[in-house]
Amino acid sequence: MIRLCRVLLLLALLLPSAARAQTEDPFTGLASDNFDTVAAAVGALATSGNPRAEAIIAALQNDALYFADGGKFYIKNGDDDFVDARTGAKAPGINEDDLTSVSVNNAVRRAIEGAMGNLNLFSANRATRLKAAGEVFKTRDPAALPALDRALAKEQDGEVKQALRQAQAAALLARPDATDADKIAAIAVLRDRGDLAASGVLASLGAQSPAVAAAAATAAAAIARMQEMWSLAQSVFYGLSLGSVLLLAAAGLAITFGVMGVINMAHGEMVMLGAYTTFVVQQVIRAHAPGLFGASLFFAVPLAFLVSGAAGVLIERCMIRFLYGRPLETLLATWGLSLVLQQLVRSVFGASNRDVGTPAWMSGATQWGGLTITWNRLTIIVFAFLVLAALMAALRFTSLGLRMRAVTQNRRMAAAMGIRTPWIDALTFGLGSGVAGMAGVALSQIDNVSPNLGQGYIIDSFMVVVFGGVGNLWGTVVSALTLGVVNKFLEPVAGAVLGKIVVLVLLILFIQRRPRGLFPLKGRAVEA
Amino acid sequence: MSRPQEDTLLYLDGVSVSFDGFRALNALSFFIEHGEMRAVIGPNGAGKTTMMDVITGKTRPDQGRVVFGRDTDLTRLDEPAIAELGIGRKFQKPTVFEPHTVWDNLLLALAGDRRPRFTLWARETAEEAERIEAILATTRLGELRRRRAGDLSHGQKQWLEIGMLLAQEPQLLLVDEPVAGMTDAETEQTAELLREINRTRSVVVVEHDMDFVRALGVKVTVLHEGSVLSEGSIDYVSEDPRVVEVYLGR
Amino acid sequence: MSRASTLICLVAVLGGALLLAALNLGTAPESAAHVPTYVVSLVGKYLCFAILALAVDLVWGFAGILSLGHAAFFALGGYAMGMYLMRQIGTRGVYGNAVLPDFMVFLNWKALPWYWMGFDNALFMLLMAVAVPGLLALVFGWLAFRSRVSGVYLSIITQALTYALLLAFFRNDMGFGGNNGLTDFKDMFGLPLSTESTRVGLLLATAALLCACLLITRYLVTSRFGRVLIAVRDTESRTRFLGYRPEHYKLFVFVVSAIMAGIGGALYVPQVGIINPSEFAPANSIEAVIWVAVGGRGTLVGAILGAVLVNAGKTYFTGALPELWLFALGALFILVTLLLPGGIMGLLSRARKAPKAAAVREPAE
Repeated sequence: MIRLCRVLLLLALLLPSAARAQTEDPFTGLASDNFDTVAAAVGALATSGNPRAEAIIAALQNDALYFADGGKFYIKNGDDDFVDARTGAKAPGINEDDLTSVSVNNAVRRAIEGAMGNLNLFSANRATRLKAAGEVFKTRDPAALPALDRALAKEQDGEVKQALRQAQAAALLARPDATDADKIAAIAVLRDRGDLAASGVLASLGAQSPAVAAAAATAAAAIARMQEMWSLAQSVFYGLSLGSVLLLAAAGLAITFGVMGVINMAHGEMVMLGAYTTFVVQQVIRAHAPGLFGASLFFAVPLAFLVSGAAGVLIERCMIRFLYGRPLETLLATWGLSLVLQQLVRSVFGASNRDVGTPAWMSGATQWGGLTITWNRLTIIVFAFLVLAALMAALRFTSLGLRMRAVTQNRRMAAAMGIRTPWIDALTFGLGSGVAGMAGVALSQIDNVSPNLGQGYIIDSFMVVVFGGVGNLWGTVVSALTLGVVNKFLEPVAGAVLGKIVVLVLLILFIQRRPRGLFPLKGRAVEA
Repeated sequence: MSRPQEDTLLYLDGVSVSFDGFRALNALSFFIEHGEMRAVIGPNGAGKTTMMDVITGKTRPDQGRVVFGRDTDLTRLDEPAIAELGIGRKFQKPTVFEPHTVWDNLLLALAGDRRPRFTLWARETAEEAERIEAILATTRLGELRRRRAGDLSHGQKQWLEIGMLLAQEPQLLLVDEPVAGMTDAETEQTAELLREINRTRSVVVVEHDMDFVRALGVKVTVLHEGSVLSEGSIDYVSEDPRVVEVYLGR
Repeated sequence: MSRASTLICLVAVLGGALLLAALNLGTAPESAAHVPTYVVSLVGKYLCFAILALAVDLVWGFAGILSLGHAAFFALGGYAMGMYLMRQIGTRGVYGNAVLPDFMVFLNWKALPWYWMGFDNALFMLLMAVAVPGLLALVFGWLAFRSRVSGVYLSIITQALTYALLLAFFRNDMGFGGNNGLTDFKDMFGLPLSTESTRVGLLLATAALLCACLLITRYLVTSRFGRVLIAVRDTESRTRFLGYRPEHYKLFVFVVSAIMAGIGGALYVPQVGIINPSEFAPANSIEAVIWVAVGGRGTLVGAILGAVLVNAGKTYFTGALPELWLFALGALFILVTLLLPGGIMGLLSRARKAPKAAAVREPAE
C-alpha cells in the first residue's frame, strides 16, 4: 500500500518534467563505457522523476543492472530471473550471456549514493527524509537541487522542511553559477541553523563576491556567538548537574553538621549505604519481579532513607551522644566508624564495583537546541530539589521539625517544655543520615557503587556546608550550585583535576576571609 | 551629656551596635575620668556586656567612636592592642588558665613583652617573682600559689582573675559581675579589693547586685536598651522614676 | 611530659636503635640473634612516623589545632628527598639519561623543570625538605590563624589542603612522577641504599633526630612560650584580652611542627624506597592523629609510643589478617575517643596515682 502511494505520488509530482526526461533519455548514458557519462546518467535518472529510478539505481548499486543491444535494460533478481528495468515487468527468456553489465567505478558509486540520497528525500518515512536531507547538507551536491526543490514543494512536516531548506542552501552555495542574491539568502538560512556544520559550510565557501563574502563573515560570526551561548548553557547544565549531586551529598550534612553541629565523618558512608540499598533492591527485583525493574528506584528511595536513617539513629544512640560538645573527638570517632562501615560493606558485598542498573526511562539523552541533556542528570537535578523541598517542609511543617528547631535553638528550654531532647537528637541525626541515604540512590546512577563511594564526597560535602554558612539550608543550596557551576566553568580552562584543585584552594581562601560562610547566622547566639 | 573634661580616660561617643536588626547599643555616650570607679547597672539586654565588648575590641561598632586617653581611637584596634594600651577585662564567668598553677597564671598576666620571640627564651626574674608575690598578697591567694587554677573554688577563681588583671597593670579595669555566685563574706572582701585597686586605677564594674553597688559607693550609670537612662549616685538613680519604671515595669 | 618519661623514652629510642644496629651488623645472618635488614628499615619507618606523631601532638596537644593535613608536610619533605634520590640515579636509570629521571624521559620531556634544579645537591635538598613544608605552613597558617579559623573549620580546611595536594601530585604534568611517584633509588650521600650498613645508618639517624625533636618540643611546651600556648589552647579569647596574639603563637608552632613532619618524611623515603601521591591521602593524616590519641594527646612521649604501637599492629594485622585491619583501626578510633581520652599515658599516670589514692581512701571506709 505504501509503495503504491509512493509511486502515485511520485508520478503526480514528476509528470511535468516527464517531457524533458523524454527528450534526454538518461538510459542511453548508462550504457556508455565512459564512467563520467554513466555517473551523469545516474544523476539525471535520479532527478528525472522516473518512478522506476529507485529500483534501477538500487540494482546498479548491487551490480544487478544489465543492458542489451537496442537500449534494453534489465534488472537481475536471481538466476534466470530478469525484469525490464524501464517497466518493471517480468522479462522471461532472457539469457545472461546476451547481456552486458553496466560497469561501475568509484565515481559512479559516489553518484549512486548521491542519487539514492535524493530518492530518499521522497521516502514515506519521515526519519528517512530527514536523514536524506542531512546527507545532502553534508555532500552539498548541487545536482540534488532540483530534487530538493520538488521535495520542498510537497513536504508537509515542518522539521523536515527546515532540514530540506538548509540542505538546499548548502547545495546552492556549492553551485558555481548561483546568483549573489540566492547565495545571500542561503547564507541566511545557514545562519539560522547556527551549528558547527553550518559554520563549516560557510568556512569552505572559497572565493566569493564581496557582498556574499561579507554576508558569510557576518553569519559565521553570528553562528560563533550562538555556539558560545549554547556551550555556556551546556556548562551551566553540567554545573547544575554537578551542583545537584553536591547538594544531595551535602543536604544530610547540612542537618547533622549544620543544624546539630555534629561532625560526622561517616556521612559519606551513609550515602554509600543508600547506594548499596539500591543495589540490593535491584537484585531482588531482578530475581523476583523483573517487570518492576523500571520502578526499582522508587522502591529504593524510601528504603535507602530507612536503612541509612536507622543506621544514623543507631550511631547517635551508641556513640555520638557521648561526644556532644567535643567536636574534635566526634570527628575522630566517626572517622573510625567510617572505616568500619567501609570494611563491613567490603566484607559483605566484595571490594569491586557492584552493578546498579539504570531504568530505561532514565537512559539516553535529548537535544534541545545546542544543548545535550541526559535524562539521568536531569532526573538527579529534579530529585535533588525534591529532596530539599521535602526536607525543608519536614523541618517547617511537621511537629518533629518544630521540636528539632526548638532543641537546636534552646536545648534547656525545649527540655523544660517536655520535649525528649535525647530522642529528638537521635531522630534529627537519623533524618540527616536518611537524606544521605537517598542521595546514595541518586549517586548509584552516576558513580561506581563501591565501598569507597562515600569517601569521594565527604570533603566536598563539608566544603559545601561551610561555604554556604553553617545552619542555613538555603546557603547550602546556593553554595552547592555555585560550586558545581564554577567547577564546570573552570574545567575547560584548567582541566578537570586542576579545576577541582583551584576550587579547593579558592574555598580554603574564602573560608579564611569569611569563616562563617556565604550566609552567616549573626548575633550573640553564635558566640555561645 | 556634658562635654568630656581634660582628664577623661575613656570616652564613648554615639556608639551603636546591632546584631541582625537587634540594636544592642543605641547611640551610647558616656565617659570615665582618670582614677574614677564607675558602676554600670541595667536590666538584661541593656547592652552592658556589648559595651565591654566594644571597649575591648571584641565587637566593632557600626557607628560612633571610642576614645581612650587623649586621642587613641579604640575602634581601629584589636583585643591584644587594646590590652597593651592598658585596658584589662574580667569576664562574667571566671576565665583563668585552668591547667596552670596560680603562680603561672599571674606570671602570664604580668605586664611585659608578649611576643613569642621573648616568651620562647624568657626566664623568670626576681623582679617578676616579687611582683607576683605582691599580687598574691593583695588577692589573698598566697597559700594557693602552687595549686592548679582549675582546682580553685569559684570565688578564688574570681580573685585570681582580678589578680591577673592587676598583674597586667592596666589604667582601666573592666569588671563584669565580679560577685556573681559569691558568699556574702566574699562579696564584702571583693568590694574592699576593688576599692583598693581603685586607689591607683580607673575601674568600671558591671553588676546586678544592688547591695554590692551600694557598698562600693560610687557614681552609677544605668543602661537601658543600649543607651544611658540615668546617671548619678546610687540614691539618685534608684529614685529616678525612669529607672524605677524600667526595673519594676509600668 | 614529665622529666622521667621523657628520659625513659630517649633511652628506649636510642638504646633500641643501637641494639638493633648491633644485632644486624654484629651477628652472622644464620645466628638466632640476627635481626634482618628489613626489620631495621621497618623500625626506621616507625620512628619516622613517630616524628610525624610528635609534630601532630605539638599542634593538637598543645595548641588545640587538630590538623587533618599533617601528612601533607610529611609527604612534601619526602618528595624533596625523593627528588634528590632521583637525581642521584643518573645514568643508571632504565633510559640512561644523566639528567632527566626516567619518568620525564618517558613523558618526552626535553629539559629538567626549574623546580628540579639544585636537587642534585644534598644540602639544597635538606634545606628544601624543611623549607617547603615550613613555607606552606607559614602561608596557610598565617591566612587561617589571622582570620581566626579554628576548631573543626580548621580541621576541614587542612584536610582540603592535603586533598588538593593529593590531586595535584597525581597529575603527570606536575613533574613529580604522577601516579607512580618517585622510586628505584640507588644511593644517598654516595652510599648505596641497598646495603645493610646504610640501612642501619638511616635507622640511627632517624632515632637521633626523633630524640632531638622530642627535646625541642619538650623545651617548647615547658617554656613560658609553651605555657602561653596551653593558655591559648584552652581559653584563646582570654589570652587576647591579656595582650597576647594567639595567631603568632599558633603560627610559630604550626611552622615548627610542619618542619618536623617534613624531616620525618625526608627520612622515611630512603627507608621505604618510594614516595607517591597516596602519602597525601587525607586518611594518612587522620591516622597520624589516632597514633597521638592512642598514646595520649599532649604528652609528647605518648605520641611516639602511639605511633610505634599502632604501626607495629598495622604491620602484624595487614600481614596476618588483612581484612581485619580496617576494623581494628576503626575500632581503635572509636574506643580511644569514647573510653580512653587520655590514651596510654593517661592510663599509666592514673595507674601510678591509683594505689596512693586507694591508700588514702581505705582508712575512711
